[in-house]
Amino acid sequence: MIHSLFLINYTGDIFLEKHWKSVINRSVCDYFFEAKEKALEPENVPPILQTPHHYLINIYRGKLFFLAVIQTEVPPLFVIEFLHKVADTLQDYFGDCSEGVIKDNLVTVYEILEEMLDNGFPLATESNVLQEMIRPPTILRSVVNTLTGGSNVGDTLPTGQLSNIPWRRAGVKYTNNEAYFDVIEEIDAILDKSGSTVFAEIQGVIEACVRLTGMPDLTLSFMNPRLLDDVSFHPCVRFKRWESERVLSFIPPDGNFTLMTYHVSSQNLVAIPVYVKQNISFMETGSCGRLDITIGPKQTMGKTVEGLLVTIHMPKAVLSANLTATQGNYTYDLATKVLVWDVGKLNPQKLPNLRGSLSVQSGAPKPEENPSLNIDMKIQQLAISGLKVNRLDMYGEKYKPFKGVKYLTRAGKFQVRT
Amino acid sequence: IFFPCRHDDLKEMLDSNKDSLKLEAMKRIVAMIARGKNASDLFPAVVKNVACKNIEVKKLVYVYLVRYAEEQQDLALLSISTFQRGLKLIRASALRVLSSIRVTIIVPIMMLAIKEAASDMSPYVRKTAAHAIPKLYLDPDQKDQLIEVIEKLLADKTTQLVAGSVVMAFEEVCPERIDLIHKNYRKLCNLLIDVEEWGQVVIINMLTRYARTQFLNPNINESLLEEGGSGDKTFYGSDGNDDDDEDEEDKEKKAEAAALAKRKPYVMDPDHRLLLRNTKPLLQSRNAAVVMAVAQLYFHLAPKAEVGVIAKALVRLLRSHSEVQYVVLQNVATMTIKRRGMFEPYLKSFYIRSTDPTQIKILKLEVLTNLANETNISTILREFQTYIKSVDKDFVAATIQAIGRCATNIGEVRDTCLNGLVQLLSNRDELVVAESVVVIKKLLQMQPEKHSDIIKHMAKLTDNIQPMARASILWLIGEYCEHVPKIAPDVLRKMAKSFTNEEDIVKLQILNLAAKLYLTNSKQTKLLTQYVLNLAKYDQNYDIRDRARFIRQLIVPTEKSGALSKYAKKLFLALKPAPVLESPFKRDHFQLGSLSHLLNAKAGGYQELPDWPEAAPDPSVRNVEVKESVPEWTKCSSREKRKEKKVEKPFYSDSEGESGPTESADSSYSSSGSDSASASAESGSGSQSEESEDASDSEEEEEEEDKKKVWKKEFKKLAQGSEEQSSESDERKRARKSKQQKSESESETDGDEESDSESSQSESDDSESEVDVKNKKAVQSKAPSKPVIKETKKEKKEMSLLDLDDEPAPSPQVTPVNSFLSSSLVTDLEGLSLSDSVLSPAISPSGTQKCYELLHRISGEGLSVEYCFSRQPFGPDANMVAVQMHFANSAATDAKNLHMEDVKLQSGMRVTDFPEIELLPAGETTTAVMGIDFCDSTQAANFQTHSRKFFVSIQPPVGELMKPVFMTENEFKKEQ
Repeated sequence: MIHSLFLINYTGDIFLEKHWKSVINRSVCDYFFEAKEKALEPENVPPILQTPHHYLINIYRGKLFFLAVIQTEVPPLFVIEFLHKVADTLQDYFGDCSEGVIKDNLVTVYEILEEMLDNGFPLATESNVLQEMIRPPTILRSVVNTLTGGSNVGDTLPTGQLSNIPWRRAGVKYTNNEAYFDVIEEIDAILDKSGSTVFAEIQGVIEACVRLTGMPDLTLSFMNPRLLDDVSFHPCVRFKRWESERVLSFIPPDGNFTLMTYHVSSQNLVAIPVYVKQNISFMETGSCGRLDITIGPKQTMGKTVEGLLVTIHMPKAVLSANLTATQGNYTYDLATKVLVWDVGKLNPQKLPNLRGSLSVQSGAPKPEENPSLNIDMKIQQLAISGLKVNRLDMYGEKYKPFKGVKYLTRAGKFQVRT
Repeated sequence: IFFPCRHDDLKEMLDSNKDSLKLEAMKRIVAMIARGKNASDLFPAVVKNVACKNIEVKKLVYVYLVRYAEEQQDLALLSISTFQRGLKLIRASALRVLSSIRVTIIVPIMMLAIKEAASDMSPYVRKTAAHAIPKLYLDPDQKDQLIEVIEKLLADKTTQLVAGSVVMAFEEVCPERIDLIHKNYRKLCNLLIDVEEWGQVVIINMLTRYARTQFLNPNINESLLEEGGSGDKTFYGSDGNDDDDEDEEDKEKKAEAAALAKRKPYVMDPDHRLLLRNTKPLLQSRNAAVVMAVAQLYFHLAPKAEVGVIAKALVRLLRSHSEVQYVVLQNVATMTIKRRGMFEPYLKSFYIRSTDPTQIKILKLEVLTNLANETNISTILREFQTYIKSVDKDFVAATIQAIGRCATNIGEVRDTCLNGLVQLLSNRDELVVAESVVVIKKLLQMQPEKHSDIIKHMAKLTDNIQPMARASILWLIGEYCEHVPKIAPDVLRKMAKSFTNEEDIVKLQILNLAAKLYLTNSKQTKLLTQYVLNLAKYDQNYDIRDRARFIRQLIVPTEKSGALSKYAKKLFLALKPAPVLESPFKRDHFQLGSLSHLLNAKAGGYQELPDWPEAAPDPSVRNVEVKESVPEWTKCSSREKRKEKKVEKPFYSDSEGESGPTESADSSYSSSGSDSASASAESGSGSQSEESEDASDSEEEEEEEDKKKVWKKEFKKLAQGSEEQSSESDERKRARKSKQQKSESESETDGDEESDSESSQSESDDSESEVDVKNKKAVQSKAPSKPVIKETKKEKKEMSLLDLDDEPAPSPQVTPVNSFLSSSLVTDLEGLSLSDSVLSPAISPSGTQKCYELLHRISGEGLSVEYCFSRQPFGPDANMVAVQMHFANSAATDAKNLHMEDVKLQSGMRVTDFPEIELLPAGETTTAVMGIDFCDSTQAANFQTHSRKFFVSIQPPVGELMKPVFMTENEFKKEQ
């Protein structure tokens, strides 16, 4: 299956290589570099490349390329999912998945990779299991280890590996037992010039942070499960219970995990929390253009819209922007031609506005396309679909856990065409 | 010089006594390896530490060893003995490292180690063994031995841990040995949901291939015919598979299929259904690879009506990382060509955002184009309108092509599209204009006569346009020069002027244009053509020189030119078929989701997806000993358990005899319950295990419950007669039973049922084997002439054995073992004696069998009919089950001409009527026997009976679908 893995940074340096079968020379990456050159943007590098003897499958995460080398037929998604799993695991271990962090923990990363694949086939990919075998570095532990000569490597076989619930390790103990669930919804929308909705849908995810002693068996139920159109679960969720009773019944992994993701049926009208009035135009003659953007609240369910951020990819010909914002501030990056307006909190009494002129390269023809606006925002304590958690019950353990549910709505891919 | 120095320093550290120094050194070495630096010269120093006590050092040494053993084979051998010792203690990790040392010399050692590990107690070690198999597959000599190990591991009982790895090994070593899967097929299906995600992907892909070889095409009847219909609709279609030859073939196939369908209605194999049912929940997996695997399985295996379920899941994946989107969209693109309707409701999910990477945009565009039809084309075109304004010029070009394809596919919008494209001709961007010209050319080819004005308009563009587009325009003018007689010569004149500066493709088209004009309008263009041909004669490019020479010979009549010049016009101005704008994603022959499909080229190790077989191979190859299907039973959810109890209730209320002991024996009802039940089923009808197996694998899980119910009924029947002796103990047992029920329900609520049943299963495994041994002894001690009794005996033994678990002394029962025997002997001997002598439909004495009501006295207007399964072979047809009917006429009048008519049967079932009963006087009863072939299914047979037509149906309980079989002791053992 997966032969080798190369980690490559943005500039094209290979800073880690791991081979699970015979060693493959790193020159195989040249094909990738060639494709990378051609693609201009790192996102545009084709994920799958064919070379005379190998196939290269890469993902781009956090300014790093994870490049897997394979030799025979294997489902491409299998490899892609695995590479993302590697990135997730590193993120889990070190809190960040960047070149610096990986270089600092090179040996640990290498050991993790050794455990994740055996002969190119995934062996232990559950974060809980891995952390039992190779403990994540903490400051306290490294101090203790240097004093006592202890080690970072677990000496027993991980318990989860052997049981029917590989995602949870045995013998978990906490003094404070707590279970938190974050219901996070994202609005994906495309609005057209006039402000009407071309396409809108809500994608939700329930992130959990469960720190409970022993082997708790949790049941989470919703007030209105009918809203959920399409769901996908962490393997711990018992699908049969969901099918028959529409409750989530599961023995949770220890720590942070994604319990489920869902999609709210598109039949329901999606509430769009803000409206945007915009006017971007370029003069036919003379090298300038005008820009005028106003944002106002629309359907916010009585909550405040925060963290409002507008990003505009300007046409290449736009040289600079001379604008005034009534609220927040704006930056225009000359190199990438990206205009970012950081608005912050949306005040319904005094609508934020950004207006001014754009100067266009003289002599260049009028840009015919109008840039589209990408909008970022969040609304605390609101799930825009109206989904509500009804209750959380725990079985199998005696103590009383502390439970909490938080709601958050934010913009996903929220785009306004102009 | 510098490097050896540093390595010396490391060597020193490795040689020291302090673990901390060693560790530090190893860490630095591993970091070197990770960075891709060469550390091979440290091999001797590192290998010494393989026996180090410190676990962290040891692990790092392993890492080093695995990396460099291949290069330093001789030195690596030094460490082997350490691992061999380790195989006893730390089996898994030692085996892992040992097998990762790719040194051919140690293959025999590894083979031994793997064989040993494959029967290890710990499933984790067995998993490691499975992982080691492909590593060992270095030379083909080992293949046979490895296959043996694979076979053994496939038959593993607690496989959810091992399954993924062993199937992986199977795929790498012997994917062609599909026969190894037969016996494990059902187990794999049932285990699938509990296997870890990566294993699921591998298993699903393998099962897809398996199913293609073993089952019939579920769409054989309707889909082919339907596809024909849709092909007609998209006459100009790029999407249908309407290549002419193919169409012919298709039609033939369709005809064949239709004929076949008429001959034989399609019935889905229950195993096929099992696979589809058990994979469906995995569409909800968080792992995109699993979802894709299920999607391709459904696409390749499911009946057309059911494939739709995958659309939603695939659309969900579009929210994932862009690389995932890329792969999913490629597959969706292929799917939309074949099954457009599936994704139509999700049209908007494929709308393109300006922030998507270009490759995603182009794929989405492809999907949108495939989805376009008469109803949604206006929305799609409006979307395309926005895309054309995009900054991303590659994407704009792709959009224009997409518009072209929509226009060819959907006649209604062709003019609109054409107009839109013509407007694009005045676009400022060259690329856009060029692309538009190319697309317009293709569109015009369909109806050139209508669009001479567009050709004129395009003729004006020739001066300032990209070469490719210019070539297209020239071709167009040449081809339709008769529609634009005035302009064409003028264009040629202009082109002749700039001929020398043009690109090669343009030059070729100028030559073409000249030739065509010469043929149609030689008066005006003769000289021009000569001129152009002369220019071409001295061109640098030999293609152009060739073409010029060729054309000159053809069109300019000289004395030398032969007969061909007469046909020049025909040659040049033949009617050319409009090009078919095809989707590049028509990749029928590759399995979806595979690398080969994505690359549209066969990747190494790709296993072809076989075509459906014409006739299904023997389904009985998948039958297994009941014992082996035990894991299936452990999977019962708590809900089922509850149900199970419900069905138990009425049973207990009228049960007597030994049903108590059997029930109490299986303290964890699941596995041992099924086991003893199966044993009883065998004994009950004295049939082959094969048939009972058939039954146990029947479709619904609920039916499994039914089965249990049935089996319990069997117990009850067996027990009849022993009630006097055991009634006393029975009461006690019932009390205990209820207690047990309570405990069962307790264990349910703690929700940890899986691990519960797991442990109980392993327990019962042990006891099972114990029982087996005893059974064999028992069997041997019995006389060979009475096989049925023998089986009964076996069952009884087993029960009493298991009974020991929770009841220390069986003695309180009046005559424990003997009474069981004697009681059941009675019934079995009855059957035995009869079946010994009679092989024709015989009326067996009732009383022992359970009677079912077919027609009640009231609803039958005085006539009541009961039926029972006489458990005897139905003479006329061995496949039929004998059903004995008791007619009783309690009405005041005689009933006449009792017979059957209008039998409504499930496909495949057959019925042999009972002889018509001419007269049944009032108050009398009579009996008749009929045969029904239930096809080993538990479907009800419906039919009407009696002159007044009462609609009745017979539903067979599972246990009754057996036939008595005689066999000698040896045969019996063999079957076991």
